[in-house]
Amino acid sequence: MSVDGSLDRLRREGHIVIVGASLAGLRAAETLRDEGFTGALTIVGDEPHEPYDRPPLSKQVLLGRVPADHTTLPRRREVDAQWRLGVAATGLDMAAKRVHLADGAAVEYDRLLITTGVRARPWPHELEADLDGVFVLRTSDDAAGLHHRLSAGPRRVLVIGAGFTGSEIASACRERGLDVTVAERGSAPLVGALGGVVGEVAATLQREAGVDLRCGIMVTGLEGDSAGRLRRAHLSDGSSVEVEVAVVCLGATRNTEWLASSGLGAGPRGIACDAGCRAFDVRGIVTDDVFVAGDVARSPHPLFGYQFLSLEHWGNAVEQAETAAHNMISSSTDRRPHVWTPSFWSAQFGMNIKSVGVPPMADEIIVTQGSLAERRFTAVYGYQGRVIAAVTFDQAKWLEFYQQQIERAAPFPPEFTTVDRRPEGMHPVPAGFPDPSLPSHGPTVTLSGHSPSDRRISFTPLSA
Amino acid sequence: MRLVVDLNRCQGYAQCAFLAPEAFTMHGDEALMYDPQPDDAQRGNVLRAAQACPVKAITVEGMNGAPAAEKAGASHVG
Repeated sequence: MSVDGSLDRLRREGHIVIVGASLAGLRAAETLRDEGFTGALTIVGDEPHEPYDRPPLSKQVLLGRVPADHTTLPRRREVDAQWRLGVAATGLDMAAKRVHLADGAAVEYDRLLITTGVRARPWPHELEADLDGVFVLRTSDDAAGLHHRLSAGPRRVLVIGAGFTGSEIASACRERGLDVTVAERGSAPLVGALGGVVGEVAATLQREAGVDLRCGIMVTGLEGDSAGRLRRAHLSDGSSVEVEVAVVCLGATRNTEWLASSGLGAGPRGIACDAGCRAFDVRGIVTDDVFVAGDVARSPHPLFGYQFLSLEHWGNAVEQAETAAHNMISSSTDRRPHVWTPSFWSAQFGMNIKSVGVPPMADEIIVTQGSLAERRFTAVYGYQGRVIAAVTFDQAKWLEFYQQQIERAAPFPPEFTTVDRRPEGMHPVPAGFPDPSLPSHGPTVTLSGHSPSDRRISFTPLSA
Repeated sequence: MRLVVDLNRCQGYAQCAFLAPEAFTMHGDEALMYDPQPDDAQRGNVLRAAQACPVKAITVEGMNGAPAAEKAGASHVG
């Protein structure tokens, strides 16, 4: 069926296909119905489960407070969809407007929304990754398996990578009384997301909670016994740790392989789209009928120099899905841009960590309220003389104010006086982000900076 | 019953933890931990908690007169 040139007909009797049945896919489906779409709706998901929420998996679920299969998302309304769950999409034919599925079926669409998200990056060595006791944590099934194993009381757990997921897992392990070693390649936990100044606070929290935290260290190998059970991890400083469980927390990979030969502008860094959530094809031309939202999307943001931001944030998935759904069934003049201000949270070691803006863009940081030593503070991040981000540790109530500062491009350092001006005074210091042009493995050439004035080519020789 | 909390909105007022302690608990001074699928017997408390939230961060299925859950499995084909 073709509905070209007839928006009313699309809204009335068109066929919309959503590939990706998680948070973004569900919220998009609800928005389509909310906005009066009465045509056919098909939702394809590779997991057999109904859309479920992931943030509790590394917290409530690992602590044993909530079963892994109890995080199914509440519905805001009925979506009256045909669900194809447990079936991955395997290909896209943009000319025929058809999605191919793993079971051999094909689904035709008038409008397509891609919300395939990301998956955990596996341990790169396949044989080691297959050892009994080696886990990743992304899906509900991952969480169920890891929780089961933690409940058996392993003598020591190794967490590989101290980003947010790794740090939350380490926190849950300590709360359960398990010995845990954290191996982090950077100088501190969370250093890539929040910088070195705040990372040092995170390191202190981990050590005080009894984590054996090792920074500037890489895991070079995982060793099993004759029965294929994990027994030992080898580290880059020549030492080794006896462990029964290792959780690989090395970030995520975007689920775009199924689009490889589709002609869509999809790759390892996601699917580029315009501010209206319309996907670009490989020629850099925006498509009219393929939309993207959630973790798999990269879209330009006016607040941050029109950089194409790729955000693995819960709130971004919701808001971008709502915008994409609205735009899919609207005329061009009624479309909205996706201009969500990045925000996320993490709970770990009894601390509520929240962020707004884009901290890694910053060059400087200043603590405006509370203090690092008290582990209760608001830190403001500056980039080229303007406020670009803010992070709170147990001071979430201040964040809304700083969001307004970011959205107004307010000057940095902040010019206002704060309620608890520190006796030691307030001075910005370098934020301490790792140099993205410095690779950590082997010699290489890297190109960094997104705008012509920022571009830099660096050669980094092999380091010891 | 199913619920979700938008923890970007949540500012740790803890009203929910007071009104429905079976479903919402504070973890440390400010972080909220909640049961995304509390027992139906908690429904009254949970709805009161959702209504009392100063930042309206709690979404409960079937709140505001919306129809209760349709099950994805019911229309699952293929």
